[in-house]
Amino acid sequence: MPEIIDSHKIATRALTKEATFRAEKLEPRRVRTEEMLLNMGPQHPSTHGVLRLEVVLDGELVVDVRPHIGYLHRCFEKHTESMTYPQVMPYVDRTDYLASMSSGHGFALAVERMMGIEVPEKVEYIRVLFLELQRIASHLVAIGAYGLDIGAFTPFLYCFELRERIIEMFERTCGARFLYNYMWVGGLSHDLHPTVPELCREFLKESRKAHKEIVDLLTFNKIFVERTGNVGILPADVAIAGGASGPVLRGSGVKWDLRRDDPYSIYDRFDFDIPVGTGLVGAVGDAWDRNWVRVCEWEESMNIIEQVLDTYPYEDTTNVQAAIPKRIKPPAGEIYSRTETPRGEQGYYVVSRDGINPWRVKQRSPAFCNLSLLPHISRGCLVGDLIAIIGSLDFVLGEVDR
Amino acid sequence: MFDGLLEFFKSIFGDIAAANILALAVYSVVPLIFILVYGLIAILGEMKISAWIQDRLGPMRTGPKGLFQPFADILKLLQKEDTTPTTADRTLYNAAPYIMFVGAYAAFAALPFSAAYIGARINTGIFFVLSIASLVPVSIMMAGWGSNSKYSLMGAMRSVSQLISYEIPAGLALISVVMVAGSMDMQTITHLQSGGIQNWFIFGGPKSLDGFGGTSNLVLMPFLVISFLIYLVASLAETNRVPFDLPEAESELVAGFHTEYSAMKFALFFLAEYANMFAVGAIASVLFLGGWQSPFGDFLGGPVFGFFWFVLKGLFFVFLQICIRWTLPRLRVDQLMYVCWKVLIPFSLFAVLGVGLCVVMLNR
Amino acid sequence: MTTPEIRDILLENFDGKIGDYHEFAKSEYQKRYGSYIDVADKEWLRDVCLFLRDDDRLQFNSLLCLSTLDNNDSTLSVVYHLESTILRHVLAMKVTVPVTETEVPSITDVWPHANWHEREGWDMMGIRFVGHPDHRRILLEEDYPGHPLRKDFREPTFYHGMKVPY
Repeated sequence: MPEIIDSHKIATRALTKEATFRAEKLEPRRVRTEEMLLNMGPQHPSTHGVLRLEVVLDGELVVDVRPHIGYLHRCFEKHTESMTYPQVMPYVDRTDYLASMSSGHGFALAVERMMGIEVPEKVEYIRVLFLELQRIASHLVAIGAYGLDIGAFTPFLYCFELRERIIEMFERTCGARFLYNYMWVGGLSHDLHPTVPELCREFLKESRKAHKEIVDLLTFNKIFVERTGNVGILPADVAIAGGASGPVLRGSGVKWDLRRDDPYSIYDRFDFDIPVGTGLVGAVGDAWDRNWVRVCEWEESMNIIEQVLDTYPYEDTTNVQAAIPKRIKPPAGEIYSRTETPRGEQGYYVVSRDGINPWRVKQRSPAFCNLSLLPHISRGCLVGDLIAIIGSLDFVLGEVDR
Repeated sequence: MFDGLLEFFKSIFGDIAAANILALAVYSVVPLIFILVYGLIAILGEMKISAWIQDRLGPMRTGPKGLFQPFADILKLLQKEDTTPTTADRTLYNAAPYIMFVGAYAAFAALPFSAAYIGARINTGIFFVLSIASLVPVSIMMAGWGSNSKYSLMGAMRSVSQLISYEIPAGLALISVVMVAGSMDMQTITHLQSGGIQNWFIFGGPKSLDGFGGTSNLVLMPFLVISFLIYLVASLAETNRVPFDLPEAESELVAGFHTEYSAMKFALFFLAEYANMFAVGAIASVLFLGGWQSPFGDFLGGPVFGFFWFVLKGLFFVFLQICIRWTLPRLRVDQLMYVCWKVLIPFSLFAVLGVGLCVVMLNR
Repeated sequence: MTTPEIRDILLENFDGKIGDYHEFAKSEYQKRYGSYIDVADKEWLRDVCLFLRDDDRLQFNSLLCLSTLDNNDSTLSVVYHLESTILRHVLAMKVTVPVTETEVPSITDVWPHANWHEREGWDMMGIRFVGHPDHRRILLEEDYPGHPLRKDFREPTFYHGMKVPY
């Protein structure tokens, strides 16, 4: 048995001795026997990844929920300090693996803004096209998996069938189905594949049909409405103060979308609406509203894609990598750059000290911030409701843990 | 059919006692064989029907078009390691699957498979079936408690409350048919529906019981249709199927009360659930859709074809249950109870009242 | 409202507690989001934040992000990015503390959003947030030795008696 080196012992002792802020471990009071501690452990069919929830139950009633994260922590932020800026890009994809175009775009924008790079028109159009397709793909997973949590097995497969079309377009363009490394600092890795616009128009036709089907089959299904309406109500002020963003914030009635309120790329050229939750089948800000916002955003993204396809400069033959500098070495400085991903507001706080590697990259992930609201909105609900609330928050553990 | 078997064995052995025992043994094993064969078909059917609903193909590689998949599944289940949690209550844990299977199998004893075959012709057939079906919640409670796991316990408690609540509307729905038929014996009820589809109870009942030249059937029909629908919904709850499958909710409780089971015991739970599905479908078909009676009256009727019609109607209900499972989401526990006590029971009481009034006033 | 204007309003009320304005302006966006103001006196941090949230001209109702930074000259920094969704302006603030005395007031009661971010700051950088209601590690195990994001962090060779392979 190898001896534990002293420095480890010293460090642990030091930490425990010095730590004057001791958090109370979540334990039901020992005398009472009505409360049960249920551990929805890291491996669980419906927690969207490796998340551990310590649930204190009183029969079927949830008294408290404590999420424990960190099972997928890969210390991405430490890694970035020893890699060059282009090398960071694949790592960024793997944080939010269901919307990796958006995450990559966020990081690319951050570095571009720090260096003052302007990308060509064509690149902007392709970026918006793929970002909106990625938004639809991510929302399809969210809606389908939400149905699966509630018990409806079939809409999940319909959504994934549709998502296959999007993935095929991505695969034709950049070769990858899932983690693309497509958005590079200053441009893109490959030009738009010539068959993609045609495929995209066909996809839009199918998508509109499927959208109507999902709305009829799942979203307005009486049982689904009963399960998710009036469950997990998040008031608007709690949402803003608690750092919610994206469909979680818009589901509470707050009309805040970074594409409209802090426009980036060429989003100001397109005409689209921002859906908010209005309490159609229950209180404003319940789980159904958040799901409804995603369903409506799917439709709005389809409108944006149509506009992009109509205005895309097809004859433009600029190289998509024309604006990529020879060496990506931003001057000393820092920036907080944010974009609207399918999950919410994703921000990159990048500090550069005029080196090849970044000095610090911090990813403000929307799923992390949305998940921190879980204890507040799930007190007093039933275990079945807890599952409904988790599904409506739509977090991805890769992004929560980084 | 029992007499035929008896004669056959007497001719071989000559001894009455031995012939009796053998004939009894063969006679009572028929439903078991039926359950086993039907189980294979049901497993494959569920996979293929769910695939058809979900726009995919289902199993395609084991055998031609995946037809040998159930055999592969059974083999897989049989060769698994039979684990028992160390802190489990041995007696309860081991006995639970067998008791559940017994509950499901015993219900088959009173089902009229055809004019020639009914396991046990009891004159309180329906009452017997309903009461033996309440072995199932007992076994589920044993499984949940004996597994010594929080998930299993929660699944078991939900299941027991659901099953005992939904027995009430199911029983009330069946009572309305019993009142019209005047007997609880399933074979008698089936015999009453002879002569073609218009005599089935779902369309108001046989003309032979009508004292007013055909109109009283029309008066009875709405009440009996309501009873039929209530029985369909309540039977879904009795068999723990979506939208009432909270006890085994996969995405919430891993697998509910049978989380800790593997191999043969899990196979028994599985088989018992499918047997239950067929049993409730068969009861619905006997009481409302004519049992082994052919819809064309005498054409394609008789004892042999009777078996075919009975199985066809039972399988139709199984098909319906599978389709509903893959379409609808799951109800939450309190909504489930709400549906039972505040929706189904009032409607079923209304149906019973209506049927009772009709029967009394129309002087049947 | 731009950051220098906000700094002027803050200087009116917290003279001496607010430090310099650092600007980075390689692009318009960086000028707005990258430039930050120092908070010289960390004891007044909570009061500054309350003022930022409640004053009518500022109304910073949303904390965007709370990051921690190791400056590699024996100081650590905590960076706050704030936004007002009502008046549409943003602000970045930085508090710097020496490595020997890493205690910063917690602003969880000003913006509840800071709760998990501060826990992550403690976990990754080892900065204590005084007054935090639930001060424990969030991503790593409770008994992990050290704080990974520090520049002088070395991975432990042994962990719970097992040799860390690489």
